[in-house]
Amino acid sequence: MEGRQETGKESKPSSVSVDLQGDSSLQVEISDAVSERDKVKFTVQTKSCLPHFAQTEFSVVRQHEEFIWLHDAYVENEEYAGLIIPPAPPRPDFEASREKLQKLGEGDSSITREEFAKMKQELEAEYLAIFKKTVAMHEVFLQRLAAHPTLRRDHNFFVFLEYGQDLSVRGKNRKELLGGFLRNIVKSADEALITSMSGLKEVDDFFEHERTFLLEYHTRIRDACLRADRVMHSHKCLADDYIPISAALNSLGTQEVNQLKTSFLKLAELFERLRKLEGRVASDEDLKLSDMLRYYMRDSQAAKDLLYRRLRALADYENANKALDKARTRNREVRTAESHQQQCCQRFERLSDSAKQELMDFKSRRVSSFRKNLIELAELELKHAKASTLLLRNTLVALKGDP
Amino acid sequence: MAAEREPPPLGDAKPTDFEELEDGEDLFTSTVSTLESSPSSPEPASLPAEDVSPDSNGPKPAEVVLDDDREDLFAEATEEVSLDSPEREPILSSEPSPAVTPVTPTTLIAPRIESKSMSAPVIFDRSREEIEEEANGDVFDIEIGVSDPEKVGDGMNAYMAYRVTTKTSLSMFSKSEFSVKRRFSDFLGLHSKLASKYLHVGYIVPPAPEKSIVGMTKVKVGKEDSSSTEFVEKRRAALERYLQRTVKHPTLLQDPDLRQFLESSELPRAVNTQALSGAGILRMVNKAADAVNKMTIKMNESDAWFEEKQQQFENLDQQLRKLHASVEALVCHRKELSANTAAFAKSAAMLGNSEDHTALSRALSQLAEVEEKIDQLHQEQAFADFYMFSELLSDYIRLIAAVKGVFDHRMKCWQKWEDAQITLLKKRETEAKMMVANKPDKIQQAKNEIREWEAKVQQGERDFEQISKTIRKEVGRFEKERVKDFKTVIIKYLESLVQTQQQLIKYWEAFLPEAKAIA
Repeated sequence: MEGRQETGKESKPSSVSVDLQGDSSLQVEISDAVSERDKVKFTVQTKSCLPHFAQTEFSVVRQHEEFIWLHDAYVENEEYAGLIIPPAPPRPDFEASREKLQKLGEGDSSITREEFAKMKQELEAEYLAIFKKTVAMHEVFLQRLAAHPTLRRDHNFFVFLEYGQDLSVRGKNRKELLGGFLRNIVKSADEALITSMSGLKEVDDFFEHERTFLLEYHTRIRDACLRADRVMHSHKCLADDYIPISAALNSLGTQEVNQLKTSFLKLAELFERLRKLEGRVASDEDLKLSDMLRYYMRDSQAAKDLLYRRLRALADYENANKALDKARTRNREVRTAESHQQQCCQRFERLSDSAKQELMDFKSRRVSSFRKNLIELAELELKHAKASTLLLRNTLVALKGDP
Repeated sequence: MAAEREPPPLGDAKPTDFEELEDGEDLFTSTVSTLESSPSSPEPASLPAEDVSPDSNGPKPAEVVLDDDREDLFAEATEEVSLDSPEREPILSSEPSPAVTPVTPTTLIAPRIESKSMSAPVIFDRSREEIEEEANGDVFDIEIGVSDPEKVGDGMNAYMAYRVTTKTSLSMFSKSEFSVKRRFSDFLGLHSKLASKYLHVGYIVPPAPEKSIVGMTKVKVGKEDSSSTEFVEKRRAALERYLQRTVKHPTLLQDPDLRQFLESSELPRAVNTQALSGAGILRMVNKAADAVNKMTIKMNESDAWFEEKQQQFENLDQQLRKLHASVEALVCHRKELSANTAAFAKSAAMLGNSEDHTALSRALSQLAEVEEKIDQLHQEQAFADFYMFSELLSDYIRLIAAVKGVFDHRMKCWQKWEDAQITLLKKRETEAKMMVANKPDKIQQAKNEIREWEAKVQQGERDFEQISKTIRKEVGRFEKERVKDFKTVIIKYLESLVQTQQQLIKYWEAFLPEAKAIA
């Protein structure tokens, strides 16, 4: 299914507020997106006055796999070990939506033409919403990179933004996926090991606190996100239920010969309008709550990864210390051991410093994003509830006034 | 033509067992055996209510007020007074606002009326609308409540007993407020009796709530979970609506079985209502037979009204079923929404606990509280969805089945008449043959048979016309009730939706400052 998305700033659901720190020297946005069967092609537009770039304004077309390549490049780069790498955007997934559209097309002969049209409209709106979301997720990823003083200077980033040709990054094949999966397991095992290592004391209260906090927080926000998704889904089902109800009331109204005729027809119209309102409530909950929770679930995972890297560096430092002691007692290769230990120490301290800053930024980012979204959520819920009340009251007046 | 007819002779069951009212206070202490002494007409007993107009199609419940003085009023009534028992709409209220139906005054009756003309002129001065209004207003002063379900006994022999409370100012009841304990099979028994008396003469008898083996077994076994409490509540509400509909029917209200059901402390167990009893199986067989018969009867419908109405009810049935299915889905999803909201509330609370930024933590806890309250709201709304909207629809789906049944009875009645005509023809042919063959004794026999069947044909025609007339009236009354019912429930349901939205506004308005307070 073809879908074009002209993404002006106003049409994007911005559930995640990216603080661009007022820096306009590098502005990135996804100005267009096209969905073709399996793939989505994003047009990444850059505006920059930085000397590095050949032009001040240029765009390239990128696919999801290329975003993932970029993300992995950052993760694997030792230089950024002390930073929170912005989480990679999720793969565009239209599967569920496509399936539903297909099922609708195969058809249920018992529904009327109007019902069919409405359901199709709903599904198309859903498809469009998913599309908009995936664009937003990819865009936010780039924008956070562009806003970060260190990350924005990465060479791969420039290539990603500027290089006109296809980056020839294919999706991970099964071996690589498996490899990635195993790496994760190794990582968690390693983490478990080093934390239980005797002698590895966390020297810094700040990090001790952050670790405990992040572990619990991540689990709980993941839970909250899943459940928020379910609430949104139920709400959507509810809204969809109004379609056949409205249609049946319409048929009843057209067939009646007595005073119930107007009552049924008015009720049919009411349910049609209520459906739209309920649908909006569902999608607002999705954007302001579910999506926000999902984003911070990923971001908190990225923060956890940072802590792991620092812990790893601490372990290395500890090991280097031990090696140095051993070398000194044996009086062999002391120099190498000394320099190695110094390296580890410096690395650890560097990581610790930047991690501290990153984690504090994470907190303030999180707080302001939650604040913005919770306020907007409450305001939208109020708006819809008031609209529903007005609608219901008007219908009641009309019904009571009827003979 | 239709009006002044005797009640149809009923081969099978008697339509009325109108007992004499014991208490002298009441109106007709004398059995009104004033109906034409037709051999087969049953005692129409004590309630000579007449129709306001002979050709009335709609419900014009005639009100009859008779104090003791009037007990002999109709002693000399002849067939001109249409005292068809099934059409009686006695409003036996001892209230001081009597209305006497403008009896088609015959010379016989007129003088008597004049002599007892105390309130008669008042009545006759009234406009028809006024009488109608009063008839449709609160003259049916009776309120039924079904409450306090109580489990009696243990194990598989256990049952639920419900308290049936009646509040009334109608004088046919001995008290103005009383209650009895009844079990579900008692209700079924009542319906069975009423149906057997009134259905086949064209009265729309409200159907009783459905049996549920699964539901009841859970209750019997003693599962104290929410699904069995819900089941009991659903049943209680259904029984209440059933009784309320039944007493609203002016003819059924008069029935002694109904009165006994409401009043007497002990009721003989209705065993024939059990699904697997002999009677139950017989019922199933009869239903099947009926279905087959319906397919084979080809009636020459001379009255377009019936065909039209049947089609209308058929359409209504289909549409209501569709709507009902959709509303059931709505109820289901709203319950799901409620459960999911509750789960989210819990996880939001947990998240708030983890959050180390104080203001945000507080806001998240507040969010959790709001969501918990909203979950309650959704649950209540789901109840409203169900008990108001969904149950109304299912009640009417079953009521329409009763209406269709009544139309079917009319067809059967026609069939009987038709058969009688055919048999009469055959008998006449036989007579002619005998005449030709010159067999005097056979001729006499043939003549006797002809007379017999002529009477049957006449009766058949009368029955058919009677049932047609009754149905017209019943359908009119039914439609009026339906409009009222639906309108009332729709308004109530919308008001529940408004209520929910207003609560939502309250909750979110309380939350907003909390969110803004995050610093």
